[in-house]
Amino acid sequence: MINTQIAVIGGGPAGLRAAVAAAQLGAQVLLLDESDHLGGQLIKQTHKFFGSQQQFAGSRGIAIAKKLEAAARSQENIAILQEATVLGIYEDGVLLAEHKGRVIKVRAQRIIVAVGACERMLAFPNNDLPGVYGAGAVQTLMNVHGVRPGRRVLMVGAGNIGLIVTYQLLQAGVEVAAIVEAAPTIGGYLVHAAKVRRAGVPIYTSHTIKEAHGEEAVEGATIWQLDANRQPVAGTERHFAVDVICLAVGLSPLSDLLWQAGCQMKYVPELGGTVAVRDAHLCTSNPRIYVAGDVAGVEEASSAMVEGQLAGLSAALSLGLGGKEAQEQLAEAKAQLSALRAGPVGEKIRAGLAWVEKGVTADA
Amino acid sequence: MLKSTGIPTVADLAEVLPTEERLAKGPVAIIECFQRIPCNPCATACRQDAIRPFADINDRPQIDWDQCNGCALCVANCPGLAIFVVDMTYSETEALLKLPYELLPLPQPGEVVTALNRAGEPVGKGRVIRVQNPPTFERTAIVHLAVPRELAQEVRNIMVEGETDGTR
Repeated sequence: MINTQIAVIGGGPAGLRAAVAAAQLGAQVLLLDESDHLGGQLIKQTHKFFGSQQQFAGSRGIAIAKKLEAAARSQENIAILQEATVLGIYEDGVLLAEHKGRVIKVRAQRIIVAVGACERMLAFPNNDLPGVYGAGAVQTLMNVHGVRPGRRVLMVGAGNIGLIVTYQLLQAGVEVAAIVEAAPTIGGYLVHAAKVRRAGVPIYTSHTIKEAHGEEAVEGATIWQLDANRQPVAGTERHFAVDVICLAVGLSPLSDLLWQAGCQMKYVPELGGTVAVRDAHLCTSNPRIYVAGDVAGVEEASSAMVEGQLAGLSAALSLGLGGKEAQEQLAEAKAQLSALRAGPVGEKIRAGLAWVEKGVTADA
Repeated sequence: MLKSTGIPTVADLAEVLPTEERLAKGPVAIIECFQRIPCNPCATACRQDAIRPFADINDRPQIDWDQCNGCALCVANCPGLAIFVVDMTYSETEALLKLPYELLPLPQPGEVVTALNRAGEPVGKGRVIRVQNPPTFERTAIVHLAVPRELAQEVRNIMVEGETDGTR
């Protein structure tokens, strides 16, 4: 049994920031991550980040991962356990993890769940052909392993991930035939859209994929237009000869651990799926368990970092650590989050948060 | 329409293009950022106090064209690659553009490249004058491109031979 004051599950932008924020207040922290690297999805992000200087705006995700990892490793009171997959959180505050073939037990006074999100799939004929990828897999192949996923890609989804991965494909020397987006407008930042558009990639809004073609692997794709009710319009089909269909159709919070732990959960489409009900300090209906990052609601990495900081500070404060300065840092983190979400692109998040921050016992 | 095509319209551009009078005075930054998003590195990077500090991080950048000297620091710092410098005083026949560029290979000074418009369509040729790529730009190179004057507000990207590495 490992004893620690705070266990942080997930070493992405939220988890790393949470660990450092709590450790800086003097907490003994154990950070668990299932992979062999720290930084989570940041290690695939070769583009420069938005936000403000406090969230490393202007730096590339890969560089931010290194900075956050260095900050965590420089704290003597953070123990890091990599290749450790947390299996369950139990009533007495014990969590079980699988670590290199063995089950280990951790007793923590507070647990911060920062496990991120997973990609959504899309149903269409032949979507099981080799060559149909999630955008995250394409990024892993290209940006982590230096392997091109194919020669010519149809991108499905014009949110930020679809637009950014399109750009990264172009940088890797892979042609992108088109981006299709079911919504009538581009969901991602328009500067990302303009960037791929002036590189010659057409964006078909109000279109979706009809089917994939191929015998052994993807050889092509047919798209068609959607009407105002999102119904496909026969006769509008277009065919593309592609060997990769890349799906960037959204993320869903990885809520399994929180369900299992018995936290009060709520389905909030604006936040990407089922999330834990929590207070403004990211404490769930279980006063020992906090959430931060995409598992709390799918959002930008800049917000995930600030949420991590907020959860780390809150958890440490709840243990009686930190003083006036910590309260000020907490207020500052909350102000940063509100600022990041204040604009029109934060509208959906604000609407979603109104549902989950209503009070943790309202409809338990 | 920008929101459905990714291509800014004439009306969008009218909001951000400097006056002819200002363009005639020398290099100036044009910020093609049309949406309120949480992002402010252009303002924090500007050393001329030309891009005003943001009251709200979601504000669209506001530039004082009289303060701007076209140094292009903002071009390298914009995560959206949405800022371009246009110098109409470069020569009698050509304008000089400073474009952000993140593909390999980088073009070489003296190289003639295909000039692309905002839809990625070839609209002519441009001559590479200089390529800035210092470590502080964090791998967003700035390509100084001489183009015919009439293309100064059309050209926003380039195609360098060999950039697709034989995959097309």
